[in-house]
Amino acid sequence: MRPWRWIVALITLLFGRLLRRRAADDRQEPGPPERGAEIVVVVLLAIAALWAIGFIVVYAEFSPEQLPNELLGICLAMALAFVAAALVVIGKRLVPEDELEDDYPADEHPDEQKEILEIVHDSGSRITRKRLLVGAGAAAGGALGLAALTPALSLGPLLDTGPLDHAPWRRGVRLVDEQGRPIRAADLEHETFYTAFAEGADPENIGSPLVLLRLDPSKLRLPAGRQGWAPEGIVAYSKICTHAGCAIALYRKPTFPVLEPHDALVCPCHYSTFDPFTGGTVIYGPAGRPLPQLPLEIDSSGVLRAAGNFSQRVGPAWWNVRRPPTSA
Amino acid sequence: MIGRSRTAVAIAAAISLGAAAVAYAQPQSGIVRPSSEPAAPSVALGAELYAGNCASCHGIAGSGINSPRHGAGDILGAGPSLRNVGAISPDFYLRTGLMPLSSIHDQPGNDRVLFTPKEVRSLVDYVASLGKGPGIPRADPAAGSLSEGLSLFTRDCAGCHQVVARGGFVTGARVPPLQGINPTQIAEAVRVGPYLMPRFSGKQISDAQLNSIIKYVLWTRHPDNRGGWGIGNVGPIPEGLVAWWIGGPLLLIACLAVGRRLRRRPYEAEEAEQ
Repeated sequence: MRPWRWIVALITLLFGRLLRRRAADDRQEPGPPERGAEIVVVVLLAIAALWAIGFIVVYAEFSPEQLPNELLGICLAMALAFVAAALVVIGKRLVPEDELEDDYPADEHPDEQKEILEIVHDSGSRITRKRLLVGAGAAAGGALGLAALTPALSLGPLLDTGPLDHAPWRRGVRLVDEQGRPIRAADLEHETFYTAFAEGADPENIGSPLVLLRLDPSKLRLPAGRQGWAPEGIVAYSKICTHAGCAIALYRKPTFPVLEPHDALVCPCHYSTFDPFTGGTVIYGPAGRPLPQLPLEIDSSGVLRAAGNFSQRVGPAWWNVRRPPTSA
Repeated sequence: MIGRSRTAVAIAAAISLGAAAVAYAQPQSGIVRPSSEPAAPSVALGAELYAGNCASCHGIAGSGINSPRHGAGDILGAGPSLRNVGAISPDFYLRTGLMPLSSIHDQPGNDRVLFTPKEVRSLVDYVASLGKGPGIPRADPAAGSLSEGLSLFTRDCAGCHQVVARGGFVTGARVPPLQGINPTQIAEAVRVGPYLMPRFSGKQISDAQLNSIIKYVLWTRHPDNRGGWGIGNVGPIPEGLVAWWIGGPLLLIACLAVGRRLRRRPYEAEEAEQ
């Protein structure tokens, strides 16, 4: 009981202080105009607009493969911070100072409400260059709005989104491990998983990393048209989850399949779960489409090579993502 | 009254478990023991313990039971074959308390170890004698490299076990934290791949690399918390929550500061002067 009373007392004290208002039932003079403050506001809004334009420029300028997220974040944050600063100056310096009592219910005293509206209307404004201020506000707000819409351009033909559609795979590209050593089919074992990359490609390219498994060929149920994609039961899927682009870092491998959940590739971010036997189909979780599968072949020296490109485009879903990717 | 009924239960348990249970002062656990155990571990003792505690699921002499069926004592049993699993699997499962299970539908969890060290040793020797299989690996974390361990752990382990080995989930199962097991058991788990975990052979992760991984796992027990406050090292959700608890009030204070007027003379005072 005691602590509750203390908490209630504290809240009452805090809000009581915040809500305490001076009674004012007279019209208010706007106070002296402050041209200096107005100029500060205009300058702040202009800077905000420049930062927002900076966001658009950064987004358009860099290729989608090396878009600097930090720079985008800084631009947006600075634009918002300058808008906030402008609002602070307006609030502190330009809005008439005296406050009106708000101690009335909305509908019960229409006359008083009217009166107050009249008072507000008659009290006049301290702002002298209203159009300039509104213009600056519109510029900052507009630029920010445009900045927020800019990423949508990646859907259309205006920005170059080609690199996102490319995967470094084509027939004959060798699979290599993190150290760049070619992966031999004979080295792959059952009941474990491997990470592989395209030889000669940037491992940071989302089209490059693969998860490799050796499965029992008799249990494979790949979709039609994928005959021969899994020599000796070795399957390769994109390691990039089709939901939000995390790395598929979990392989669920039952020790005793009779009682335990069956084999699955799982994304640790949101637990999208894919069936490696059926071509990476989604069996649980938020992913909307299967993992792209890479057709494989084994060359005469026993090294794994791609036999073509992925079955679908790699990464989170967007327009046309079900089309086959282009080779870089 | 309660004390008396507890004593009664204890006496009943002692009688039902036989003299051996009393001698080890074991809690009531459902473990079936021979009426008199030899002083030293032996394959023969292991065989007896196996028959009493393991065979209903793993079959006679480790043959395995592939479809659930009711066995002795009407216990529903099914389990993988233990032939050719070597000493490594029983050593891992028994010393971590993952086995025996109370129900075949349970996920093995780090429960109490129900066998005495002598009994574990006997069971390991017995299961190892059922076929050819790998021995217990020797872990030497001191020989490992912490940075290599971090990189390997991130690649192969952290997806499930979380980057500072606090455990987590995979769809359909819990993933245990790695804070309470010793270096040998970590090495065994990597080589065995218990329950839903993949199995990593020496071809994929060499013994030297395994030592690095173990060194890293041991390091995660006392990680270097640069921020000063680890928040349990369980990841971004509690950290985000704490950030909100700090950031929210700061934002609130900022809002209040923005909303408050600059200090000025009241307008009435100005008017009065004029």
